Amino acid sequence: MSSVWIAVLVVGAATIAIKAAGPVLAGERELPLGSGRVVDLLAPALLAALVATQAFASDEALVLDERAAGLFAGAVAIVLKAPLLVVVVVAAATAALLRLAT
Amino acid sequence: MRALVLHTAVSVLRSVPKSRSTRRTGYGAGLRAVTPLLPAVVAFGVSFGVLAQSAGMAASASIVMSLTTFAGSAQFAVVSVLGAGGTVAAAIGAAVLLNARYGPMALAASSAFRGGRLRRLLEAQLLVDESWALAQRDGRFDRRVLLGAGAGLYVGWSGGTAIGVVAGDSLADPATLGLDAAFPALFLALVAPLLRDRNTLAAAMLGAGIALCLTPITPAGVPVIAATAACLVGLRREQTRA
Repeated sequence: MSSVWIAVLVVGAATIAIKAAGPVLAGERELPLGSGRVVDLLAPALLAALVATQAFASDEALVLDERAAGLFAGAVAIVLKAPLLVVVVVAAATAALLRLAT
Repeated sequence: MRALVLHTAVSVLRSVPKSRSTRRTGYGAGLRAVTPLLPAVVAFGVSFGVLAQSAGMAASASIVMSLTTFAGSAQFAVVSVLGAGGTVAAAIGAAVLLNARYGPMALAASSAFRGGRLRRLLEAQLLVDESWALAQRDGRFDRRVLLGAGAGLYVGWSGGTAIGVVAGDSLADPATLGLDAAFPALFLALVAPLLRDRNTLAAAMLGAGIALCLTPITPAGVPVIAATAACLVGLRREQTRA
């Protein structure tokens, strides 16, 4: 078997197992730790980390590029209570126009 | 108490313009919620297919990978490590680290899945960053929104990969279209309504801070997993106040 196929199958099996572990083992029980307080805070912590890494990380370096400008434009749209579609389009268009200009 | 009053006031204010788009339930609502993202998801699926082809990966392997792994960053990592002449172990290690965040995310959402073990295993595969984020509701998860959004993302990502494998280099780079900036903006839009008291704000700031500090010094994937620790600090704050 080629090395590519080994990587594909192992990563696929590992990802399926990672995603399934909690839901299969924990069943339908609610998590302990007081009325989902940890889960309440997991969402803001993880989402903020995703914002940070997807906007400012390039492999293992911190960079300030067109994505940051797109994020800023998206943030303005969020403050103005724009719908999700508008937020996403404004961010993408800002980054695209800046790349076109440079 | 103050936090509760603040919470109520803010959620009343927020619910006026947002209720229609973000509080619907059902599979269709999940699909509708994810629709604004689908062009970007398909475009990245296409670029994965193109990149995998150019790195010498078989068309069938690319498509199988999108169908089983179904996680952009990990798949790009495998292709780039192997394409640069790295070992299989290095490629697998990088991808597993990148996907490790799904462990705590799936555990948090586990009460949203139904049925026996096999069904729960299968349903959990539709959990990715975007479907998880769209489905979360005050610390709980809307099962149908998660599955509806996840199904849309799954079809878009796998279909995009198949297009990329077939069409090859003739298609535009998603970065030219600014689509890589769409994802951080999406996650910001989804986290913003959650920041309504000191605990959630602290968890978010700390999570982002941990991720940024670790980015230059740890392998990709570690910063986001480590950021989950931020929610424990929020718990401690809660206890000290009570």
